[in-house]
Amino acid sequence: MRVARLYDSTVGKKAVMAATGVLLFGFVITHLLGNLQFYLGPEALNAYGRNLRHLGALLWAARLGLLAAVLLHISAAVQLWRLNKQARPSHYEKLTAAGSSYASRTMMWSGPILALFIGYHLYHLTLGAHLLHDADGFPLVYQNVVAGFSDPLASGLYIVAMSFLGMHLMHGIWSMFQSIGWNHPKYTPLIKRIAVLTAALIVAGNISIPVAVLLFHQ
Amino acid sequence: MRLESKTPSGPIEQRWDRAKFDMKLVNPANKRKYTVIVVGTGLAGGSAAATLAELGYNVLNFTFHDSPRRAHSIAAQGGINAAKNYQNDGDSIYRLFYDTVKGGDFRARESNVYRLAQISVDIIDQCVAQGVPFAREYGGVLANRSFGGAQVSRTFYARGQTGQQLLLGAYSALERQVAAGRVKMFPRTEMLDLIVINGRARGIVTRNVVTGKIETFLADAVVLGTGGYGNVFYLSTNAKLSNCTAIWRAYKRGATLANPCFTQIHPTCIPVSGEYQSKLTLMSESLRNDGRIWVPLDKSDKRSPDQIPESHRDYFLERRYPSFGNLVPRDVASRAAKAVCDEGRGVGETGLGVYLDFADAIKRLGAPVIRERYGNLFEMYERITGEDPYKVPMRIFPAIHYTMGGLWVDYELMSNIPGLFVIGEANFSDHGANRLGASALMQGLADGYFVIPYTMGNYLANSNLEKVDSSHQSCREAIEHVTTTNNRLLSIKGKRTVDSFHRELGKLLWDHCGMARNPDGLNKALQRIPELRDEFWRNVNVLGENEEVNQALEKAGRVADFLEFGELMCLDALERNESCGGHFREDWRTPEGEAMRDDVNFTHVAAWEHQGPGKKPLRHAEPLNFEYVHPTQRSYK
Amino acid sequence: MKIILNIWRQKNPSSPGKLVRYVLPSVSEHMSFLEMLDVLNEDLMQKGDDPVTFEHDCREGICGSCGIMIDGVAHGPLPGTTVCQLHMRHFKDGDELVLEPWRAKAFPVLKDLMVDRSAFDRIIQAGGYISVNTGSAPDANAIPVPKPDAERAMDAAACIGCGACVAACPNASASLFTAAKVSHLGLLPQGQPERPQRVISMVNSMNAELFGSCTNIGECEAVCPKRIPIETIALMHRDYLKACWSFRPESTASQGAG
Repeated sequence: MRVARLYDSTVGKKAVMAATGVLLFGFVITHLLGNLQFYLGPEALNAYGRNLRHLGALLWAARLGLLAAVLLHISAAVQLWRLNKQARPSHYEKLTAAGSSYASRTMMWSGPILALFIGYHLYHLTLGAHLLHDADGFPLVYQNVVAGFSDPLASGLYIVAMSFLGMHLMHGIWSMFQSIGWNHPKYTPLIKRIAVLTAALIVAGNISIPVAVLLFHQ
Repeated sequence: MRLESKTPSGPIEQRWDRAKFDMKLVNPANKRKYTVIVVGTGLAGGSAAATLAELGYNVLNFTFHDSPRRAHSIAAQGGINAAKNYQNDGDSIYRLFYDTVKGGDFRARESNVYRLAQISVDIIDQCVAQGVPFAREYGGVLANRSFGGAQVSRTFYARGQTGQQLLLGAYSALERQVAAGRVKMFPRTEMLDLIVINGRARGIVTRNVVTGKIETFLADAVVLGTGGYGNVFYLSTNAKLSNCTAIWRAYKRGATLANPCFTQIHPTCIPVSGEYQSKLTLMSESLRNDGRIWVPLDKSDKRSPDQIPESHRDYFLERRYPSFGNLVPRDVASRAAKAVCDEGRGVGETGLGVYLDFADAIKRLGAPVIRERYGNLFEMYERITGEDPYKVPMRIFPAIHYTMGGLWVDYELMSNIPGLFVIGEANFSDHGANRLGASALMQGLADGYFVIPYTMGNYLANSNLEKVDSSHQSCREAIEHVTTTNNRLLSIKGKRTVDSFHRELGKLLWDHCGMARNPDGLNKALQRIPELRDEFWRNVNVLGENEEVNQALEKAGRVADFLEFGELMCLDALERNESCGGHFREDWRTPEGEAMRDDVNFTHVAAWEHQGPGKKPLRHAEPLNFEYVHPTQRSYK
Repeated sequence: MKIILNIWRQKNPSSPGKLVRYVLPSVSEHMSFLEMLDVLNEDLMQKGDDPVTFEHDCREGICGSCGIMIDGVAHGPLPGTTVCQLHMRHFKDGDELVLEPWRAKAFPVLKDLMVDRSAFDRIIQAGGYISVNTGSAPDANAIPVPKPDAERAMDAAACIGCGACVAACPNASASLFTAAKVSHLGLLPQGQPERPQRVISMVNSMNAELFGSCTNIGECEAVCPKRIPIETIALMHRDYLKACWSFRPESTASQGAG
């Protein structure tokens, strides 16, 4: 009841986006840490993949949790987006940005692009029929990554998508704090810097893999 | 006509208490049966509307602005006086009373002023409780500063935006009553006439400035809190839309207008820069606390101010008034500035300006302290002039700022028309011939929060008000009058814009009825104004129609009133053969050139009664008695 | 100097508007932006053309009446400045500018550059006050207020209600306006008793007036003539979330007797 009333307001919806944003950000970090095991070689990465699958119910809980977070994040975003469209029915002949960053103004572009990318990514490296599996039916993650990224087109797509992820995070990370009401003249500038740095590290870490494949595995 | 001031007798400290006790009360259950019209939403109107509604009356509140928060009170910068004596520096109600009577050059009623001083302390309590963020000391208590000629620190302030914060306090109280359904707010609705039925004020005629709809509103009493008439001078520190229309139309319906020649010049405004100038900007008087005013000693000295050595500077206020220095009252400071400019020693391109220099203060206190005190004012100055006052001295010049005159009211703030109350700057009551700094906000709020709620009850409880409706002859006649006036303005289709008339009138008044007046000049103005008015009604250019947003039409109606008002102001100035406060007559000064009152013949309020178009208004005198503060010549030497 | 203005002309709320081009051949750099429009209007009236309607009053940057989009920026290019305080020395000879009214569902255009901002008053009516009747206040020094709190409250209270924040926000959000009032009162001890209810009512009212949502991008802060920071919006968010969480429905038990 209370949650429903909270969700009714724009502030509540933003809080939901912040809370789900935190979960998704956590996932992005975890995913990156998993990805970076690529550099430990085929054994390590494939073992990591197998171990994840051994989690069983826990894995499903995580997957469902993430799915719920994604759906909430998207539905709140879509609802707010519609409200915001209604709030300005007639457009300016000329509108100039006076103080906002490009990344912050384009969240409604980078977001949907990332959603599309996630679909592609799941097909490309998790679910697709083209993927290689070992005798026990576990995916051969390392081999699939190398095979997948050997296609410059696919690698290029990942690199572009990661840039969008970077932009989304650059604004999203500090925006989470603002949405739930944490803003302080002493810490907020720091948080904004950390957001940019974190986003850059995540992008660099993720992009490094297709780049490495293209450079060293041909 | 006899002007009955209804001033209570007895010891002055007890008068207001006794008056309150003697006033009849309206039974709480009966209050909701009464409707009160309040015109204006500034400090006076807004606080009155909110408080009357809190008491249970139905209030209809009108403003021509889009929101009550735009009223011109919002622009007051410096502060609000109150006899709290929080600084333990010898202030008291009696001292505030004394300073105000003396500052007003002995032309205000003692009883009113004493009441004002008494109420001042309650105002601060009320405003703090409303959440007005007054300046504080580190210990959490309220901060004070001394202001414009006061020798005690009794001024409360919220940076340079005291008026804004007090108005937003009143506005929030008002909006709370709007939400409660006890105030019905009519924004963008301008009062254009007063409806008087059987000798009592019973309603107003308004025009909706968006749709052009002209209609009547009726009530049991009407309160005008419509501000001052400073814009009669065209260039003033008043907001562009401030006007005298409400009080002027009330005057033409029989309300007497008191002391219109008492206009206040503010010494610290940004000088005029060109013909296109639309208004003058005030720099808070508090600047004089740390700034030093000077001009070059020699009028041929055209060096830039930093090149002029100390020995070639004339700190004329410090020289002429050693004990008060730069803090002499506004009229004295203004005239001194005019005098040095008349000698040709004025600075800036036009020669109409004097320096207000902070170099010494910055040296003594450091730029950060100055920034904390005046930062927003310095910024404003730089925005307007493009000069940085941290580096070069400000240039300032006096400008019309406040009008002490206004509709005549008795002790209960009721005009001579029963049921017509007038509060704030719109009335003439408390400042005499000259207002002290930081006292306008005090008076507006005193009238609205703490006087009118009592006196309104007394009027309603004592009156037997018949039921009236808009089919009454007086309503129809008033609507008719407003409609014809508007149609007439629209049908002239002449060659000159409204502003060009207004500018010419303003220049005329500034030259002949401004900082210094003499019979010759006043007679000249009195001859020229009717000519100008005639030309206006033959040759003004107002386009468009009534039934739309038509800012030119609104302005034309206001300027038409200014063209009549200006004449009365000059007449009042001509007949007041003395110098007092803001009214300085060049033919009435001491050998040293200071203002000279004529207490024998002019210790009175002059209240003018309209006699019909083309006829000279009748001058009534309400004598003033000074039992406590005995008239002396003001001396700030 | 020469200035070319493309001004949005719209006769009334229901008719469509369009940009009309005006060339002003000799503009003084000492004029304020509105004085330039005055001169244009005098000129138009002399020619028998309808003058441009725009709102203004104090011309000192405090009443909040004026406000136009100048080349896509609310109140024009100078930060911390209302249009009335913007002087032409900040423009160059030959500049061509687009002037438009604030645009938002909640701010319908009335004529030309004049819009209806009464939605702001209704947000204040929802709770932007401290409920204290005249006469019932304790002594002003009875409750000490720490200086930093008073200063922060004052920073937020400086809002002039001009609507630039709404105009500049891509979502036409009134968050900065609402947050300024919520913060001003919420930061003072006097504002505590009603703090939870106030923020809930005001946020709900802001939503009901069909203002958009805050996406934390900071355009409002950049154009605010009083430089009110979006830190106030964070405070409003925090207060709102806290209040929603801890809010109790009013007790239905009857109060007192006789």
